[in-house]
Amino acid sequence: MGHALTTEQAAARTLFYHADEHDHEAGGSTLLGFWIYLMSDCLIFAVLFATYGVLSNNYAGGPEPKELFDLSLVAVNTTMLLLSSITYGFAMLSSYRKSVAATQLWLVVTGLFGAAFLSIELYEFAHMIHEGAGPQRSAFLSAFFTLVGTHGLHVTFGIVWLITLMIQVGKHGLTKANARRLACLSLFWHFLDVIWIGVFTFVYLMGMLR
Amino acid sequence: MSVHHHAGPEAGPGPEPHGSLRDYTIGFLLSVVLTAVPFWLVMGDVSWSKQTVAFVIMGFAAVQMVVHMVYFLHMTPKSEDGWTLTSLVFTLILVVITLAGSLWVMYHLDSNMMPRHPTQAEARSLD
Repeated sequence: MGHALTTEQAAARTLFYHADEHDHEAGGSTLLGFWIYLMSDCLIFAVLFATYGVLSNNYAGGPEPKELFDLSLVAVNTTMLLLSSITYGFAMLSSYRKSVAATQLWLVVTGLFGAAFLSIELYEFAHMIHEGAGPQRSAFLSAFFTLVGTHGLHVTFGIVWLITLMIQVGKHGLTKANARRLACLSLFWHFLDVIWIGVFTFVYLMGMLR
Repeated sequence: MSVHHHAGPEAGPGPEPHGSLRDYTIGFLLSVVLTAVPFWLVMGDVSWSKQTVAFVIMGFAAVQMVVHMVYFLHMTPKSEDGWTLTSLVFTLILVVITLAGSLWVMYHLDSNMMPRHPTQAEARSLD
């Protein structure tokens, strides 16, 4: 250090920080890094929302949102995702208490809600395609399937990750590394719910208002 | 006073900002209300104009996103020394530029390039 400190100043300073830098524990910056990944994912969705916003009026004479969307189905779907968010929260709370059984139970419940969400979404897609309203029908439908499908793909990978983590926790317990992984998936899962708020508001609800 | 207490090997900065049962419950209840009202506004018989409903549901969506950020993602201005908030604000600026810019440019392109839109009936007869 190049500073000349009086002994009082030096004594006062030692109260506030250590002379040596702490050791950074393994994975100490994982969550920030994962958060930055989520921000980049946020940009992907921003671009898809912008695309949808630009193309959402181009029906090419094909079906319009009012003829296609079933809001009660979307309401059920939204409920599934919201419930899966709170049950993931319960899994996190159980993991803080170091209860492996409770953590696993809540992860299973979260996975089931996620799977229910996906099944309803796939049913909706299949129904639309069956009616001739597939992604190739109009620019509106291409943008719709890209945006909603990308979100659904994220949920799919979230479920794969969730199952992987359940196996990890089953094998190794709630170790520090597994706690960190659970925290990352928590961010991912809740982030998908935030994106879904945008989807049901701008795509489905605003679509019905048109 | 920011004196660190290193109690043992498990101490030190925790792996993540912890949520509590209270946080999750408040967040969930708020989300239920903030989701149910927009659905009811669109599905129920509400005598407001479409434009009013659209603005109100966009407002609800914005509030619900903040609720999720605070109660589910446990964001505070201090988490990770403020870097989560900094990166979020930066991302939001990019999101606003992307969305507003695309819609603005494409709207004007559309209205300047297309003399008129064929009506639904005309377009259908072309199929």
